[in-house]
Amino acid sequence: MTGDRLRLALPVLSLAVLLGAVFYLQPRAMSYFGLNLLFNLAIPVALATIAQMMIIMVNDIDLSIGTFVSFCACVTATFVHDTPLIGYAILAAAILAYAGLGALIQFRGLPAIVVTLGMSFVWGGLAVLILPSPGGASPEWLKTLMSYKTPLVPIAVVAPLVIALVVHLLIKRSWVGVILQGVGGNDRAMERAGWSLVKLRASAYGLAGLFGVLAGMCLVGLTTAADANIALRYTLLSIAGVILGGGEFVGGRISPFGAVIGALTLTLAASFLSFLRLSPDWQIGAQGAILILVLAVRLLFVRKEAAA
Amino acid sequence: MTDNTSSTEEPLNPVRILFSKPWIWAFVAAALTFAATSLVAGSGAGSLFYAALTFAAFSAIVGIGQMLVITLGPGNVDLSIPASMTLSATLALKFMDSETALIVPGLLVAIGVGIGCGLVNFALILLLRIPPIIATLSASFLYQSLAIWSNRGLRIKPPEPLADFATGGALGIPNVAVIGILLAICAWVLLERSIAGRWISAIGQNLRAARLSGVPVNAVRFGVYVNSAVCAALAGFLLASFSGGANLNMGTEYMLMSIAVVVIGGSSIGGGNSNVPGIWGAALFMFLIVSMLNSYGLGAGVRLILTGLVIVGVVALASRKGYDV
Repeated sequence: MTGDRLRLALPVLSLAVLLGAVFYLQPRAMSYFGLNLLFNLAIPVALATIAQMMIIMVNDIDLSIGTFVSFCACVTATFVHDTPLIGYAILAAAILAYAGLGALIQFRGLPAIVVTLGMSFVWGGLAVLILPSPGGASPEWLKTLMSYKTPLVPIAVVAPLVIALVVHLLIKRSWVGVILQGVGGNDRAMERAGWSLVKLRASAYGLAGLFGVLAGMCLVGLTTAADANIALRYTLLSIAGVILGGGEFVGGRISPFGAVIGALTLTLAASFLSFLRLSPDWQIGAQGAILILVLAVRLLFVRKEAAA
Repeated sequence: MTDNTSSTEEPLNPVRILFSKPWIWAFVAAALTFAATSLVAGSGAGSLFYAALTFAAFSAIVGIGQMLVITLGPGNVDLSIPASMTLSATLALKFMDSETALIVPGLLVAIGVGIGCGLVNFALILLLRIPPIIATLSASFLYQSLAIWSNRGLRIKPPEPLADFATGGALGIPNVAVIGILLAICAWVLLERSIAGRWISAIGQNLRAARLSGVPVNAVRFGVYVNSAVCAALAGFLLASFSGGANLNMGTEYMLMSIAVVVIGGSSIGGGNSNVPGIWGAALFMFLIVSMLNSYGLGAGVRLILTGLVIVGVVALASRKGYDV
């Protein structure tokens, strides 16, 4: 338990430091409106990070989450807006496809990296077919939901924390989550205990698909339009978010709160860099540097954990 | 007739041996797509073959580097290949500034940048104990920024003789393909006939056992990561010379390509077992599948979907033992 808390301390600390730096640079950001702007895109990023976390939980990596979220955004901005019934059916089918991939990967013993890399072409191609040029429109209810004004703290901060809580209850406090983490921890043991690994991996991938769909829908609710490349960078952001949040690539060690806070940190890092008036040439590089820095600090924490 | 039965047994053996090699399937697939494309495409099969060899060469060069990295075992993937390609090509072309006299120093600049990228990658992996995927990924952001900063959207032409070399060929074989094949032969000799190659495979099969039996694990990993970045730098240098200058997203497609050729080529993604000839088969296949879909007149969307499905399909059919550790 203390180990888990220590793991969470680093993402929380890095978020706090970054937030402090932003407030120092731009005191006006310290307001309801300012926070909303800072964390504007945090909700879809957090959902995509949770999706990635589900995959990392079973020791795989999903290189297609960015194109998948783009695809879902395109479906939301077109079919869900125009013909809701067909739209939701497509999204449901996409979740099933994700679960099917999980089953295929387990059944044939395939490398998840390659399968998801291949699937990233498929989702990207579908997105281009649906929306060849940027456009579409957000369903009205989504727009209203995403611009809902929560009291005191803006929705862009509240929603990710609520998402983290729900996922925490599902993964850390229910039997489903324990078994799914077990797949990452020791799949042979799970199999010998009588669980079907095909079904378990399919469930983990299905959950990832579900959160990917939600990420795409929320993204459209925020941007009110979509294009086929809208979320490509989510693939890297989501992997970085999970690891930043104290997750491990192997062993089923993941933390929903950590992942969401990692996602918030990365969203904030982008705002922070624009406040620094850094030349745009260096924006991407600085994001890489922040990532390296946090991981370097984490090394110290992990050592302390090992000593404890 | 009795003669016939005995004679079929004899030549069957080499065929059987050939088909027991995991890399043969990549070549079979490449040959099938080649046939399917040249049936439809009006232009001669010769020019298609030439183009395939040219473009496959770039994929094969980065694929060889990636293959050695993947051979090191689970979690070892170099995601900085596109950024290393772009950075070294940008800096080398900027250095040469279209001057013919600076071609050789320019090549050395590219290779030097590659070595630098490899050093940074490995330093992050070793010193910060970051998983290689994340280390190469975050480092690639730095390389990308460096490339943007030094390039500033300018497109500097490669020196004339270098461009001629990269686009030219002799005896129906493009020069870049010759380089790619030579590198593949070097990689094969390294892996199959040298101690260093045995060390790489040993680490991929069982890191602990390799360390206990005295394999200089960190030195080998160091060499492999630097080699991957140098391969990427060389491919970037050639690609920029071939296409008339470096641009910032010239490396993008090689992220997928480098991993895809390794896996389709029959190497185990779990590491420990690599396959050099398969790299070339897979590289040819990957180019031909796109040109096949092109020649059937399919749009970008359908082409992407089919490419993806083919990759997933090939992997699902061919690799039976990927994760069996």
